[in-house]
Amino acid sequence: MAEHIRDIKRRIRSIKSTEQITKAMEMVAAARLRRAQERVEGARPYSCEIDNLIKRLAGSFSDITHPLFLPRERHNVGYAVFTSDMGLCGAFNAHVIQRAEAEIAQEEDAGVIIVGRKGRDYFRRRNYNLMAEFLDIGDEPMVDQAQGIARTLVELYKGNIVDEVNLVFTEFISTGRQHPVVVKLLPLSAPLSEDEEEQDEEQFLDYIIEPSPQGVLEMLLPRFIEAEIFRAILEAKASEFAARMISMGSATENAGEMIDQLTLLSNKIRQAAITKEIAEIVGGAEALKG
Amino acid sequence: MAEKDKAKWSNFKLEVITPERVVVDEEIEGVIIPSTDGLLGILRNHAPFIGSLDIGVIKYVREGQHHYVACNMGVFEMSGNVLRVLPDTAERGERIDVDRAKQAEQRAQKRLQQKRQEIDALRAELALKRALARLKAARAVGTK
Repeated sequence: MAEHIRDIKRRIRSIKSTEQITKAMEMVAAARLRRAQERVEGARPYSCEIDNLIKRLAGSFSDITHPLFLPRERHNVGYAVFTSDMGLCGAFNAHVIQRAEAEIAQEEDAGVIIVGRKGRDYFRRRNYNLMAEFLDIGDEPMVDQAQGIARTLVELYKGNIVDEVNLVFTEFISTGRQHPVVVKLLPLSAPLSEDEEEQDEEQFLDYIIEPSPQGVLEMLLPRFIEAEIFRAILEAKASEFAARMISMGSATENAGEMIDQLTLLSNKIRQAAITKEIAEIVGGAEALKG
Repeated sequence: MAEKDKAKWSNFKLEVITPERVVVDEEIEGVIIPSTDGLLGILRNHAPFIGSLDIGVIKYVREGQHHYVACNMGVFEMSGNVLRVLPDTAERGERIDVDRAKQAEQRAQKRLQQKRQEIDALRAELALKRALARLKAARAVGTK
């Protein structure tokens, strides 16, 4: 019996140290989540304004064109999937990978551009056509990381290796809600057709453009693409931290429950042992008297 | 207050927005911004304008005070009395670490002198330009 108690005590100790780790991870994730959330919001105005600017530019100068605007026949479709480098974040990676696989299954020919170690391992094991991989994004993604990814994606597109590029990432809605989305990046959807609804004066101002509409467009488009990718990275990061916080929180809770149960069990066993011992002593004394 | 009215009359909005955050969002009286075709002064009621931004220093006046923002390349747009500047990076002069900017300048100078490949030289030149812009912005704040 005594042996048994020692086993249970040991288990309690081990669960306690696990609990401490999950608790710490939960708190770290919560702190990082707050930062990541701020950064998602900080990045929003830029992508919004650059999008508006392209629309206004295209609205004022309908004759400008760019190869990135021209749709092609879809033969090979590229999917850029944003996963995490680290696990312990619940179903975060599983969800986004599942979404990407569902999309890829519908294509005849598809290539995968992967961000994050978890996704890389998954897609490599299943022999997908991996076109590029970007690992170690870190907890605070920088714009130049987005630039690197953007450059690769544009090259794949320009080199006719893929005819369309989609981003698959986890959109951050709230701490409790994130869901994977698919966003078409290339070819860029031409903003020209947006006539009736937004024909206010502002959109078609008689702009003075320096050096030239085409020149400004050449400046704008790569930045637009980078901003989209940066947003995908930031959204995925915030979602990852939220998922980690939630899953580590429930792990901590489960550990607490287990400890409670085991403590109760060990107390019961101890009590039973004491009761037995007393009974034996009393029984012994009775026998001596008798 | 006459002065306040006058300020109101001549104000327009300056927004400097980078991919990471909004750096400036203020009512200002005037601004000089580095376009790729040279410095460009903008006051209220300027005609609608879209231009490309060079590496340099955006200098603006708010309530009679001068302010400086070092910026990287990008685009800007003036319309409806809002000047929206979208640089790749931007830093307010008072936030710039002069020592670090100086180090960056020296690094770039050194790399320029070594001059190995075309691309390297171009990159070093850009880095130098950025460092100089940051130094200029930081020092302008210091001297007032």
